[in-house]
Amino acid sequence: MTVAHTLLGLLEAGPRHGYDLKRSYDERFGHDRPLHYGQVYSTLARLLKNGLVEVEAEPGAGPERKKYAITDAGVSDVAGWLAVPEKPEPYLQSTLYTKVVLALLTGYDANDVLDTQRSEHLRLMRELTRRRDGGDLADQLVCDHALFHLEADLRWLELTAARMQQLAAQVRA
Amino acid sequence: MPTEPLLTAESLHLSFGATTALDSASVQVHAGEILALMGPSGSGKSTLLHCLAGILHPDLGRVTYAGRDLTAMHDDERSALRRTEFGFVFQFGQLVPELTCLENVALPLRLGGAPRRAALRSAAAWLERLEVSDVAGKRPGQASGGQGQRVAVARALVTRPRVVFADEPTGALDTLNGERVMQLFVAAARETGAAVVLVTHEPRVAAYSDHEAVVRDGRVRAREHVR
Ligand SMILES: Nc1ncnc2c1ncn2[C@@H]1O[C@H](COP(=O)(O)OP(=O)(O)OP(=O)(O)O)[C@@H](O)[C@H]1O
Ligand SMILES: [Mg+2]
Repeated sequence: MTVAHTLLGLLEAGPRHGYDLKRSYDERFGHDRPLHYGQVYSTLARLLKNGLVEVEAEPGAGPERKKYAITDAGVSDVAGWLAVPEKPEPYLQSTLYTKVVLALLTGYDANDVLDTQRSEHLRLMRELTRRRDGGDLADQLVCDHALFHLEADLRWLELTAARMQQLAAQVRA
Repeated sequence: MPTEPLLTAESLHLSFGATTALDSASVQVHAGEILALMGPSGSGKSTLLHCLAGILHPDLGRVTYAGRDLTAMHDDERSALRRTEFGFVFQFGQLVPELTCLENVALPLRLGGAPRRAALRSAAAWLERLEVSDVAGKRPGQASGGQGQRVAVARALVTRPRVVFADEPTGALDTLNGERVMQLFVAAARETGAAVVLVTHEPRVAAYSDHEAVVRDGRVRAREHVR
């Protein structure tokens, strides 16, 4: 899930309190949808249960006083998420954007994220192209619609790739 | 991959003055494969294509075609190879304006020593296959962009090359025309078993390839990483 991976990725910079983590998430990714505290803590509880984060002890403190740290398992979980392409579907850009920014933050190759995604998109486009060229007019129109959407995603992806240095400078500032 | 690649570029370096166009670019093309070279403008796609085709000579590195070192060949040996084994399609401007479309397609056969009659007959068959028989007697300037590109594809394939190099072959065409050219081009290449190295920045064109290789800053992203 995107939020869980994003919180994990943000923890790679160092242990944080839940409210600190929420603020940092909202700043970077929450423009149109800031996280609720409830969601932050329930996500962290789940990550804790799965061994992806651990709590740095502050004895007797309530959840808002706990400091969370990413575990080794958490680090590989983020890397795994970044390495696997998203299923090509509409409105993907917010997830992809998040992945690119997190990759830049965690030192993972952000271009790899885009290349892997391009490859996945093209795979589907090849399939649709074959289906379209072998189909009747109805197939052609349906496939074309899907192809134009995937193409739009890829244009955005290329533009992002072209602006990677700029984005890296901003993200790391 | 189980088979030996047909065409290999190993660690190519090439600079134009202070500009580094290729910076350790490596890529492999297998027989019959359609490979799309993608990547941002200025990343070195055309330069790499020209090196693979033996048109440009890299400063460093090696290009091997069917076990032969292209970079170590004599110029005339290399041009002979280009004429007999390779075909070319560019964005535009590749047809001889003074010749008819039919004569343009027949030209590579004539240069290879084929008799005029046989060359023209073969050229006519290729024009028909690319669905542009109607422009056979016209000069390239009198054909539309899409027709011209189909003639160019016919000319590239008429010698039955083992590799066709295509640099933005649909770059000057609208979507519908571009797609038709790609359909016909790819179908013909598959039928003759030609490998295609296709430079394009258009995803819809790249979707006709079997694989893509991404060129960035004069380097090719390792294909093993591409899922
Ligand atoms: N003949 C030349 N003389 C000087 N510089 C050149 C020459 N050919 C290419 N370059 C430079 O080498 C680099 C790579 O150029 P190349 O044409 O291979 O890029 P490309 O990826 O094909 O770009 P585009 O998508 O815009 O066609 C660019 O910086 C370009 O300016
Ligand atoms: Mg070019």
